[in-house]
Amino acid sequence: MRSYLVRQLVQLVVVIVGISILAFSILHVIGDPVTLLLPQNAGKEEYLRYKHLLGLDQPVWVQYWKFASRAVRGDFGKSWYGNTPAFPLVLERMPPTIYLTLSGLGVAMLIALPLGVMAALKRHSIVDTFCTMLAVAGQAMPIFWLGIMLIIIFAVRLKVLPASGYGTWQNFVLPAFCLGAFLAPLTMRLVRSGLIEVLNMEFIKTARAKGLGERVVVIKHAFRNACIPVVTVLGLQFGQLLGGAFITETVFAWPGVATLTVDSIRNQDFPVVQCAVVLLALIIVTVNAFVDLLVGLIDPRIRAGA
Amino acid sequence: MAVRSSATAASVGLPAPIAPGAAGAAWRRLGRLRWGVGGAAAFLVIVLSALLAPLLSPHDPLSVDIRNRMAPPAWMDGGTPEHLLGTDQIGRDLLSRVIWGGRVSLLVGVTAVLLSATIGVLFGLAAGYFAGRVDWSIMTLINVMLTFPFVLLALAVIAVLGPSVPNMIMVLGATGWPVYARVIRAETFALRERDFVTAARALGMSHPRIVFGQILPNLVSPIVVVATLQIAQIIILESFLSFLGLGVQPPTPAWGNMLGEGRVYMLNSWWIAAFPGLAIFITTLVLNLMGNGLRDWLDPHMKL
Repeated sequence: MRSYLVRQLVQLVVVIVGISILAFSILHVIGDPVTLLLPQNAGKEEYLRYKHLLGLDQPVWVQYWKFASRAVRGDFGKSWYGNTPAFPLVLERMPPTIYLTLSGLGVAMLIALPLGVMAALKRHSIVDTFCTMLAVAGQAMPIFWLGIMLIIIFAVRLKVLPASGYGTWQNFVLPAFCLGAFLAPLTMRLVRSGLIEVLNMEFIKTARAKGLGERVVVIKHAFRNACIPVVTVLGLQFGQLLGGAFITETVFAWPGVATLTVDSIRNQDFPVVQCAVVLLALIIVTVNAFVDLLVGLIDPRIRAGA
Repeated sequence: MAVRSSATAASVGLPAPIAPGAAGAAWRRLGRLRWGVGGAAAFLVIVLSALLAPLLSPHDPLSVDIRNRMAPPAWMDGGTPEHLLGTDQIGRDLLSRVIWGGRVSLLVGVTAVLLSATIGVLFGLAAGYFAGRVDWSIMTLINVMLTFPFVLLALAVIAVLGPSVPNMIMVLGATGWPVYARVIRAETFALRERDFVTAARALGMSHPRIVFGQILPNLVSPIVVVATLQIAQIIILESFLSFLGLGVQPPTPAWGNMLGEGRVYMLNSWWIAAFPGLAIFITTLVLNLMGNGLRDWLDPHMKL
C-alpha cells in the first residue's frame, strides 16, 4: 500500500508541475503579454520599457520560476481589467460551478443507473435497444444546443422554468438536466457493460446456486462489483464533466468560473484566465487522485497491478 | 491513472474464440453495420451538399432580404415558400446559411483531425516502440493534456492567439492528439513483441523502417476509427467556440456562430437557433454511427 501511495503522489506532483508549465506557456510562449497589454499604436521604446517593467526581458525559466513561486502562494497577479487580485475573483465564482457539477452528476445518475441496470438484465430487449439509441443520440448532442432548446421549450414557450439566473431550486433544473444529459450516455454504458461482465462471473452462479433471490443477487452481489468501473471511469472523467459544466454555464449565464473565464477572455484579462485554468486543473487532478486512492482501497487488485 | 488502465485493456485485443450463439451475434453485427453504412451514406450527403453549396443553396447566404426578416419556416403561419427554413434577424435565408455553414465545420473538422492524428500517431509510436523513459515522458505529457478539459485548453489558447479559422484549426489540432497517442501506444506495445518485428530487427532494419514500414501499416484501422469519431468531437468544439464568438467570425456562416446569433432572438424566433444546432447534431450523430460501424467492421475487439 505504501509504494502505491508514493507512486500516486509522485505522479500527482509531476502532473501539477506540468499543468503550471502549460498554463504559463499559453500566455508567455504562444502569446506576448506586452503586445496584449499595450495599445496597438505604442512605440518600440514603450514596448521595451514595459517588457523590462514586467520582468519579461529575463530568461523564460526565471519568469516561470517567478510565476510558479507566486502561484503557490495564491498570487496570480492583478486582474488587468478591474485591478483587483485574480485569485479571490476566481475563488468567489467557484461554488456555483461546483454545485452545478454535482447536481449534473446527480441527474446523470438518476437517468443512467435504472436504465443501465434494466438494459443489462434484459439484454437485446426493447429496453436495451432503446438505451443504446438514447446513448448514441446523447453522445452526438451538442449540449449548448440542447440547453438553448430546453430554454425555448420550458422557459419561452411553457413559461414553467427560468431561462437563467441563480439562487432558487428552479434555476437549477434546466442547467442540471442539461449537464446530466451530457454525462448520462457514458454512465449508462458503463453500468450496463460492468453489470453484464459481473453477472457472468462464478460467484454470481454460486449466489444463485445457494438459492438466493434474484433481487439479492443483482443488488447485493452484482451491482456492488459493477460499481467499481463506474466510479473509476466517472472519477477520471471528472475533467470532462467540468468541461461540460463549463459549456452549460455559458448557455444559462450561470455565475460560475466558466462565465468569468469567457468574460475575461473577451476582455483580454489574462491573469484571471490563467488563474481559473490552473485552479480548475488542480481540482480535476485532486479529484482524480482521490478516486484512484478510493478505488485502490476498495479493490486490492488495482494496487498491485498498476 | 485512467490512461494506464484503458491502455492495458486495449492491448488485450486478442481475437475471442467463437462463442455459442455465434449466428445470433453475426446477425447483430450485421445490424450494427447497417447503421454504420447508413451513417456513412448520410455523411456523404452532408459532404456533397457542403461541396456543392453554391449550386444547391437557393439564395446567397449573405444576401439580406430586410422585408422578410425573421420569417418563420415555410410550413408555419407567415412563412413563405421562398425561405424553406425561414430567415434570420436581417432576412438572410436560413437553409442557404445552414448549407454553407457545413463548409467551415467540415473544413475545420477534417484538417484539425489530420493534424492531431499525425502528432498523436508519432507520439504513440515513439512511446510504444521505445518504451522506457521515452514512454514515461510521453505518458506524463498525455496525462497533463488529458487533465485539462479540452474546451478549457482550446479557449485559453484562442484567447491569446485571437479568433480565426487557421488559429482554430491549429489549436484543435494541437490539443486533440492525446486520444490517438493513447490508442496507438497500446497497440504498438502489443505489436513490438510480435515475431515479424523481431525478424525485422534481426534482419538489421533501422528503427524508422521498422516503425513506419512494419508497425504503422498494422495500425491503420484504429487510426481510421479514432479519426472518424474525433471529427465529430472537433465539429462540436468548433461550433462551441464559434457560438461564444471566439471561433469563425460573422458574417461567414458557420453553424456555431449562427447558433450564437440565434440565441439572442430565441424569445420570438426559435428557428434561427434551432436549425444550425440541428445540423451540428445530425452531422455528429452520423459520424458517430459511421465510426462505430467502422470499428465493428475493421476490428470488433477494439476497445476505445
